[in-house]
Amino acid sequence: MILLDRVTKKYPKADEQTALDRISLQVDPKEFVIVIGQSGAGKTTLLKLLTREERPTSGKIIVGGVDYDKLKDKDIPLLRRKIGVVFQDFKLLPNKTVFENVAYALEIVGISNREIKHTVPKVLSIVNLKDKANAYPRQLSGGERQRVAIARAIVRQPRILVADEPTGNLDPKHAWDVINVLEKINRFGTTVLLTTHNQDIVNKLKRRVVIIKDGKIVSDKANSGYKS
Amino acid sequence: MKRRLITLLRIIHTGTVNFIRNVSLAIAAIAVMVVTLTIVLFSVITNATFTNTIANITSKIDVSVFLKDSTTEAQAVSFVNNIKKQPNVTKVIYLNKQQALQAYINQNQGNQDLITAATETGNPIPATIEIFPSNLNDIQGIKTYLVKPQYIGLQISGSPSYNGSKKVAIDNITHATDVLRKIGIITIAVFAIICALIIFNTIQMAIFNRREEIQIMRLLGASTGYIRGPFIVESIIYGVLAGIFSVLIINSAFLAASGALQASSLGLLDINYANQYFDGHFWQLLTLQIAIGIIIGTVSSVIATRRYLKFKTH
Repeated sequence: MILLDRVTKKYPKADEQTALDRISLQVDPKEFVIVIGQSGAGKTTLLKLLTREERPTSGKIIVGGVDYDKLKDKDIPLLRRKIGVVFQDFKLLPNKTVFENVAYALEIVGISNREIKHTVPKVLSIVNLKDKANAYPRQLSGGERQRVAIARAIVRQPRILVADEPTGNLDPKHAWDVINVLEKINRFGTTVLLTTHNQDIVNKLKRRVVIIKDGKIVSDKANSGYKS
Repeated sequence: MKRRLITLLRIIHTGTVNFIRNVSLAIAAIAVMVVTLTIVLFSVITNATFTNTIANITSKIDVSVFLKDSTTEAQAVSFVNNIKKQPNVTKVIYLNKQQALQAYINQNQGNQDLITAATETGNPIPATIEIFPSNLNDIQGIKTYLVKPQYIGLQISGSPSYNGSKKVAIDNITHATDVLRKIGIITIAVFAIICALIIFNTIQMAIFNRREEIQIMRLLGASTGYIRGPFIVESIIYGVLAGIFSVLIINSAFLAASGALQASSLGLLDINYANQYFDGHFWQLLTLQIAIGIIIGTVSSVIATRRYLKFKTH
């Protein structure tokens, strides 16, 4: 479960600009929640708070039972291992193959090579990239790269998957490929928190939609659509 | 436990691969480290050689007590035993009249006139006590003890005698050695700092080139140790290689010196002894050099990576 209680985030170097203003949000296990809003509305800040890239200026955050107020620096890597993250710019390692990029997430937690060889192909099958295991990111399309990033995010079987504008750099076909994969993962029981400003995706998915405007939640409705 | 071992092996593997990939960057760091470690090794050997030279000279300094012929054997033995009890005395040799004469004859084998003069006049050589001090500065204390009223009556005039002129020379040598030692320590410290700064910059450049990868590793949940580890391994490789190179350089210098120099001594620096010391302590010196290299490398890489691995605090 994800819980944000009156969370405010101000960036000190940008004239005390308030990125998020006393937002409260609860996401239950296995939910699929879409966070939508204009650029600069605070969507990315929200996700950065969840992965503890940023600290809130005030308010409480609890994710998967972990109270971030009590989280020590040394425990941040452990928290991040429990949350799968998909970035708009993929953040793939250019000198590693598709297989190696996905395996990397397992290597850093000390999984054996044998287990990696067994697990990675399975995950690549889920994102339909098994035949691209030996390709480098530069040899893939945008949609394929994003699916590699999703494979990397889910390979450790996190209970929560956070996707920050994963379709932002993709054409409609590839964007739907990625969304389909996220839905599939959600069906397996993973909580998905997706940020986007793609109206078409929001309207077709018919999921819970949280709208953020100027750092505040202005709407939070289940099975909702969106009109800008 | 198994996961930790796997992680450790991965860190070592990544560090080694990074070292090979960044070899051009590493050469500068290793070169400076080699210079530093060579100076360290040179200072260690020089210090050992100076210490040995001073010890050799010190061992040749003694205090001699010449006893009157009227002193009985029992008085002499009692006197010797009391001298042995003094804390600053390492060795005492007692030669009675006959033994002293024999020693005199042995010392002057090549001079028949002196031997004849000594043997045909009814043994003019007095019984002698030779006293070896543990420290040159103790000589005055021994002399004070020997001239106590109960002992001065046992000795002929001019006794006790000691080679005081050598002491002044040795004092000068000791002082010079101390100064050289201090200069050596300062030089080592300066080079160690320069060396650490260069390694620091090398690692920072490597981190700068890989900052995006480090950021991704961070976001994926890699621990600080997992990210920092390969950089430390890389620095340890610098240290090990620099340690080995510095020992090889000194070894080559000795080989060249033994061929080029006929003289075995350069003033206080006894090359033969220095060479023996180097050969006799080869593995200890190699270990010392590698250990210093590893310490410099590890400390500088830990400091260099710290800035990039901090979590946001606001």
